[in-house]
Amino acid sequence: MSHDHDNELDPFAARVRALETILTQKGLIDPAAIDVIVDTYETKIGPRNGAKVVAKAWVEPDFAVWLKRDATAAIGSLGYTGRQGEHMQAVFNTADTHNLVVCTLCSCYPWSVLGLPPVWYKAPPYRSRAVIDPRGVLEEFGLTLPATTRIRVWDSTAELRYLVVPMRPKGTEGWSEERLADLVTRDAMIGTGLAREPA
Amino acid sequence: MNGPQDLGGQMAFGPVAPEKDEPCFHADWERRALGVTLCAGAMGAWTIDESRHARESLHPADYYGSSYYEIWIKALETLLKRHGFVSDRDLAAGKAVDPAAMPKRVLKAENVPDVLAKGGPCDRPIATPARFKAGDLVRTKNFHPAGHTRLPRYARGKQGAVEAVRAGFVFPDTNAHGQGENPQWVYTVVFDGAEIWGEGADPTLSVSIDAWESYLEPA
Repeated sequence: MSHDHDNELDPFAARVRALETILTQKGLIDPAAIDVIVDTYETKIGPRNGAKVVAKAWVEPDFAVWLKRDATAAIGSLGYTGRQGEHMQAVFNTADTHNLVVCTLCSCYPWSVLGLPPVWYKAPPYRSRAVIDPRGVLEEFGLTLPATTRIRVWDSTAELRYLVVPMRPKGTEGWSEERLADLVTRDAMIGTGLAREPA
Repeated sequence: MNGPQDLGGQMAFGPVAPEKDEPCFHADWERRALGVTLCAGAMGAWTIDESRHARESLHPADYYGSSYYEIWIKALETLLKRHGFVSDRDLAAGKAVDPAAMPKRVLKAENVPDVLAKGGPCDRPIATPARFKAGDLVRTKNFHPAGHTRLPRYARGKQGAVEAVRAGFVFPDTNAHGQGENPQWVYTVVFDGAEIWGEGADPTLSVSIDAWESYLEPA
């Protein structure tokens, strides 16, 4: 489904370049603005943001309560705000329940904490099966949950954006937030993975 | 609309293919596609709902044969033509030929950080009280509108429970078509897997959607 378009002669690359040229010539867009947008999502906004939110929730019970009650404000307090993170909801994994986030209708994703979505998140295999066969999907990520674990799938059909707070791994007592954040993967915050075990 | 975008429960797309250490972009044109799409949206001529509807209005064969950035660009061309910014002659020439409509604004590089940090909140004040409360049993409507909707097919005509009353939000079904924001209450509604998928459903599964009030009736 995803195509590889590395070649500058690729017809689709030419199509995008033509569109950018037309809009620039008409004064409708500023190509330098594109550079800033790309730089923002390539270097500034990514899953590292979400990992800091999760690690803070692990070590500060008051922050975890705030995150559960008003995720937009709690996440905003760390400076993570804005586009595709305007209305946040944090959902917490427990020993009984595993949360999984999908957008079956398009590609809704919490950009402010996770950055741009990976290709698989936007592609039909994940979007079609996450709601009907989440265990099968998780197996493809190498994650096998106990048969008794309840699975809650959150389909992002409106403007709420979901961040999964994975369970804190055992053996991390006394760890700093920074060290803990290294255990929090992007997939763990979508629900297609768990937090890493300490090495 | 019952378009190609409505994927929940569809089959035969094969396994999910997670990519190890996936880069942010797979080609330079994807960088430009993201930026052009955001900059064009910032002109303020259409809403996010109209842009979603343009994407799901692609022919299903085209939609399923396209990567997501390709879907974005194809839909963007539709939007730019619809709103008078780009013509077929421009696209055929690969350069500006015809004059363009006047945009409400042009996003300049120096304003990008503020614009991204502010985002585009879709919650709105709403004068009427919420019709439902947490714990209420509701049934989603069974409808098949030709226009935009955010009630997926798999969740139509199903009984679920209201888990949370969220806020008033812009109603996409009208907003996508230039018929106004008409904010409604949005609820998180949770369904048992068996209610949606019936025989053979994973007994441990529950699925929630976020539903506008007019999608719901008391159960």
